[in-house]
Amino acid sequence: MKPNDQTYFKSLTDAAPLAVFRIGFGVMMCFSIIRFWYHGWIEKLYIQPKFHFKYYGFDWVKSLGDYNYLLFFICGISALFVAFGLKYRLAIITFFLSFTYIELIDKTTYLNHYYFISILSFLMIFLPANAYFSVDNILRKQYMTKIPKWTIDSIKLLLGIVYVYAGLAKINSDWLFRAMPLQIWLPSKYDLPFIGENLMQQDWFHYAMSWSGMLYDLTIPILLLYKRTRIFAFVLVVFFHVFTRVLFPIGMFPFIMIVGTLIFFEAKFHHKVIAVIKRLLRPFRTEIKPISETKYKMSKQKFILPVLALFFICQTLLPFRYLLYPEELFWTEEGYRFSWRVMLMEKAGHTTFKIVDAKSGQSFYVQNDDFLTSFQEKQMSFQPDFILEYAHYLGDHFTAQGHKNIQVFAESYVALNGRVSQPYIDSSVDLYKVEESFKHKHWILPFKDDIKGL
Amino acid sequence: MIKKIVLPLFVIALMFACSSDNDNSDNPDQDQFNRQAMLINWADNIIIPALQDISLQLNQMVSDKDEFLATPNQNTLSDLRTSWLEAYKTWQYVEMFNIGRAEQINYAFQMNIYPTNVSDIQNNIASGNYDLSNVNNNDAVGFPAVDYMIYGIAANDTEILNAYNSAANADANKQYLSDLIEQMKDLTTVVVNDWITNYRDEFVAGTGNTATSSTNKLTNDYIFYYEKGLRANKIGIPAGVFSSTPLNEKVEGFYSKQVSKVLAMNALDAVQDFFNGKHYASNQTSESFKSYLDFLNTISQGEDLASLINNQFNEARTKIQALDDNFSSQVQTDNTKMTEAYDALQAAVVLLKVDMIQAMNISVDFVDADGD
Repeated sequence: MKPNDQTYFKSLTDAAPLAVFRIGFGVMMCFSIIRFWYHGWIEKLYIQPKFHFKYYGFDWVKSLGDYNYLLFFICGISALFVAFGLKYRLAIITFFLSFTYIELIDKTTYLNHYYFISILSFLMIFLPANAYFSVDNILRKQYMTKIPKWTIDSIKLLLGIVYVYAGLAKINSDWLFRAMPLQIWLPSKYDLPFIGENLMQQDWFHYAMSWSGMLYDLTIPILLLYKRTRIFAFVLVVFFHVFTRVLFPIGMFPFIMIVGTLIFFEAKFHHKVIAVIKRLLRPFRTEIKPISETKYKMSKQKFILPVLALFFICQTLLPFRYLLYPEELFWTEEGYRFSWRVMLMEKAGHTTFKIVDAKSGQSFYVQNDDFLTSFQEKQMSFQPDFILEYAHYLGDHFTAQGHKNIQVFAESYVALNGRVSQPYIDSSVDLYKVEESFKHKHWILPFKDDIKGL
Repeated sequence: MIKKIVLPLFVIALMFACSSDNDNSDNPDQDQFNRQAMLINWADNIIIPALQDISLQLNQMVSDKDEFLATPNQNTLSDLRTSWLEAYKTWQYVEMFNIGRAEQINYAFQMNIYPTNVSDIQNNIASGNYDLSNVNNNDAVGFPAVDYMIYGIAANDTEILNAYNSAANADANKQYLSDLIEQMKDLTTVVVNDWITNYRDEFVAGTGNTATSSTNKLTNDYIFYYEKGLRANKIGIPAGVFSSTPLNEKVEGFYSKQVSKVLAMNALDAVQDFFNGKHYASNQTSESFKSYLDFLNTISQGEDLASLINNQFNEARTKIQALDDNFSSQVQTDNTKMTEAYDALQAAVVLLKVDMIQAMNISVDFVDADGD
């Protein structure tokens, strides 16, 4: 998408869209943190659990106990600083680190949109989002009305990647030809007013939603790019995200995407937004010393551009890493995360663990709720890396209790997209002896069906 | 220009969608499943009749208790034991409905926590000063406590009768037994009355698909009961499934020594009858999990889910049938049969908790965190 032309990287554009994006991002993030706190999720998800599931290689990220509240506080405040454009660089770095740290504490809570926030805030570290209409302008007594065009385009590119990859992931036989999982999810919304008892129950409607969802994801970045289709595209964006918000418990994400796509609009629109904000701020306005306009220092780009090039290469390749693994992606989930595979699966499982004394042959089953919260148990039950990690936790736990010659076996059943549950984990493999790695997990039993597609 | 391309694309998608549904066309009935009818069936034909029945049984138990305490002899003891067992069997049809008033007053916790705690009971009797509804007394009340009082308080029937006749603390024993049974009756009256006068309408109106709606709550209760109350408590825990060694003293009805199987069989019948929407003490059936699943048409591998679940229940019944009347001696003589019964019950947990819940798209827990 970026022309490989040096002049492109020198071309400038209006700074207003990025400023509005910064404000929108900061405000939404601050609000998300408050909402998370208000619902008591900090306590429930990060303090109560005795044990946290870790991303491979991130064991060192620990829950801070009661200090998690401080972490969230820092994260929320830094989001607010981002919105104000106050000490922007420090604020966005703080936000990126604190938010990402929170996400790394426990992968039980993994959501694509949390990952999106993490990488977007990483990208924003390198963007001059405080160039215009920021408190930093007042502090430094200077501002820029022009910034490099690539800075705004990079956000568009990231949004485009999210949408297109989400669309590509929908090109599979379950989504398109079985209308799964919508065929399960939509009829259960029978209690929606007006459409619950009729539309939501119709077979054709499930297919229509599946197909139009796929086409929406694939085409929306292009429709947003072109001026002639932009308004139409934005109406679609609003409709689509509001509709998903009504149907599914997806929190703030729809609003973040709606606000995010505003960056595709012309600078004229963003100046209007800024004018409105200025009017709202008028009562609080103090005397501002005259400030002067400066120019973006192109020399910075020498360092920034290679970093971002690498960043985008990773973003483009990461969703395809599943190709390196045998077996069905939806079944093994090897290479499933960080790939914009959103709402593709209705997957649930039931997994119990048998602790065996290898010498005496004595064994007993573990009651999972002795160790895991119900949310953790639910997530653990159908994801192999969770099952392995938990097996090791159990093995360590019972070894520490004085049990000898511990072996840990899992008996697991998983149902995927409306298929009847089938055995998931080879129950003859002692998981306590298996080490986590990026290699294929041979102890996952084969999927007895075939899902075709990307 | 682009608009001209995109709109037709969506239209084509719609047409494609409409024409590709021949995969699933083996479900010709696009009629609504009437969820309220299911709730009404549950309330009017299953839950309330079962509660009314146990209420009657407990009245009988109260009058048998009164006669026994008036003249403690082998006959009155035997009558009390009979009405205790009848009520205990009916209780198996009630325990799973931990909803409404029953949930508020911890009904099930005050009726059937076992193994009962003998030292708590003896302390209560000795002190004469106790609050049976206190949480600390949950393991000193209800059917298991009565089991101890009428079967286990002494080594044989002669001595048991002694405990209520000539023993030094005979009056205290009488008082405790009486208080236990009256408490069970009173609690049940509270629950039944609330269902009839108040909760029934609220229950039937809660047709939504939210964490607090009637369908979702009762489904969670049902599965929870099946997993803990039936599978784990009655079979798994005594068989030592969750411990290094079997724990034969943890069976239901430990002191009477012959009822654990009949109670487990009743519990399994209750679970299966509820699944199939079978009216209490009748062969008629109405809207149920089974008919809901049939409606949702979760057909796969040539068999539908409701049949898979019923088959699994039947297999579990066969396995339990093969056990000794007294699970405690079964555990001691041949525990393998116990673990086989456990495995058969466990297989249905998967079908209920994973497959049925997935088909109905009900959340099993109350985690309200975001999804994506």
